[in-house]
Amino acid sequence: MIRSELIQKIADESPELTLRDVENIVGTVFDEITGAMAQGDRVELRGFGAFSVKSRDSRTGRNPRTGESVDVDSKHVPFFKTGKLLRDRLNGK
Amino acid sequence: MSDKTLTRMDLAEAIHNEVGLSRNESAAMVEKVLGHISDALVRGETVKISSFGTFSVRDKAARVGRNPKTGEEVPILPRRVLTFRPSHLMKDRVAAGNKD
Repeated sequence: MIRSELIQKIADESPELTLRDVENIVGTVFDEITGAMAQGDRVELRGFGAFSVKSRDSRTGRNPRTGESVDVDSKHVPFFKTGKLLRDRLNGK
Repeated sequence: MSDKTLTRMDLAEAIHNEVGLSRNESAAMVEKVLGHISDALVRGETVKISSFGTFSVRDKAARVGRNPKTGEEVPILPRRVLTFRPSHLMKDRVAAGNKD
């Protein structure tokens, strides 16, 4: 399923809303999640999962093609942990 | 880092402000978004949200695990796990927003 299919499914169930409204709603949900993480916040959606930010230490990497070593700065990366309910549902429980 | 936690309520509030639906309707929309994503994943589909990221389901084989406290061997059954791969846009925004 891709973004436009998600929007269409919700639009089909919501005849009171325009497609533009639904695009806006779906966009808002994803923007809020990304925006929160960009501020270092967590997003906890019980039953679905939690988005958080993890820090990665700086390290010496290597260019796999040339074997040359390169310094990789420390950085922060997005992380998702699946919620219990969804994990159980994926396994037919 | 501000150490705040966003919840469904905050997402509903954002929809309320952005689109003008009531708080109740906004909360119902949050459930619809999460519900449709979950349902697709349970069906085994990959869910690809452009400029956000990709959720995909992977099959894990059975293996023998060990209770780290007792050293006892325990069988781990085959299972399905969910992985999330953030888009470049999300990675860039998260990296830029959390510079030390």
